[in-house]
Amino acid sequence: MLSILLLLYWTFLKIGLFTIGGGYAMIPLMEAEVINSHNWLSPAEFLDIIAVAEMTPGPVSINAATFIGYRLAGVTGSLITTLGVITPSLVLLLLFSRLLNKLIHNPRAESFINGLRSALVALILLASFNLGQTAIIDIPTALIFTALLIVSLLRPVSPLYFIAAGAILGLLLFPY
Amino acid sequence: MPTHESDTLKTESLWSILLTFLKVGAFTFGGGYAILPVIQQEVVERRKWVSPACFSDILIITQGMPGQLALNSAIQIGIRLRGTVGGLVAALGVTTPSVVILLAIAAFFYPLFRDNIYVQAVFYGLRPAIVALIATAAIKMGRDILHGWIGIILCAVLLAIAIITRIHPIVVLLAGGLAGLAVCRRQYN
Repeated sequence: MLSILLLLYWTFLKIGLFTIGGGYAMIPLMEAEVINSHNWLSPAEFLDIIAVAEMTPGPVSINAATFIGYRLAGVTGSLITTLGVITPSLVLLLLFSRLLNKLIHNPRAESFINGLRSALVALILLASFNLGQTAIIDIPTALIFTALLIVSLLRPVSPLYFIAAGAILGLLLFPY
Repeated sequence: MPTHESDTLKTESLWSILLTFLKVGAFTFGGGYAILPVIQQEVVERRKWVSPACFSDILIITQGMPGQLALNSAIQIGIRLRGTVGGLVAALGVTTPSVVILLAIAAFFYPLFRDNIYVQAVFYGLRPAIVALIATAAIKMGRDILHGWIGIILCAVLLAIAIITRIHPIVVLLAGGLAGLAVCRRQYN
């Protein structure tokens, strides 16, 4: 039990440490760790958890970490994964606040982060392609994906609309 | 002594820091980019804990460092108000609602409703919606970040490497960062 808790903590610490710029940066990392490296969840379960994390209040990756931690090791697991994912923020801001202030305005650090963000775009695209193979399985799901993608590229749409539209279209189009 | 306004420690009760961020964590839907405006409204406009200029400094650090956006800005505001303890209390506030709500769902509701046909139908529709959400995030990020052909080529090369070699995303991220450094050095020299 202890070894799975340590592994969970270490895994979510890595996810927290390389989620730079927030948002969807954690998706490729969670996918790599939780689905590919450890086989803890299937891609479909992972997508379900992200959906639940999106429709509940609070930061999405903390929500996802809690849910995944519970699935793998109960209440203790959920506390450990959440602690893991927030540890880098706590340590960096509480101990290295001043250093961070200097670093953030350093042109080299800036270009490192710019390069890293280019990589992030590639990784998130790839993650959406990988997860798409599980989610887009027939004509209705392909329609839901295409319609939402087109609408959201034309105008800014809150994630909540994606959730509401996905849920309603799912109820209507599911092959019962 | 700190002279810049943003360095000054104000004395707010830990209790009101905790309550403020509990509220932010419990009632804001839609993740980081939806939470930041709510935090701004709460701590800049309503409570005047930090100035707008100070808040934009906080945002710059929030977006350039590891971690969740809402969490990073909450911790920094907590530190400005009550030092290290304030930072910890703000982190506790913004995280606790997530843990409580998600534990309730994971432990009680998800197992109860997972096998229900209508719940399955909802998730059948939610999965492609989530993939569309992730793809949109990537495309929008690309539009915002990839200025000029160097960024686009770097992104395309890294994408190809990631597809072909299946190396860990952390390696791809570090490779991107180092490439960014190399490109910048050539531009300055």
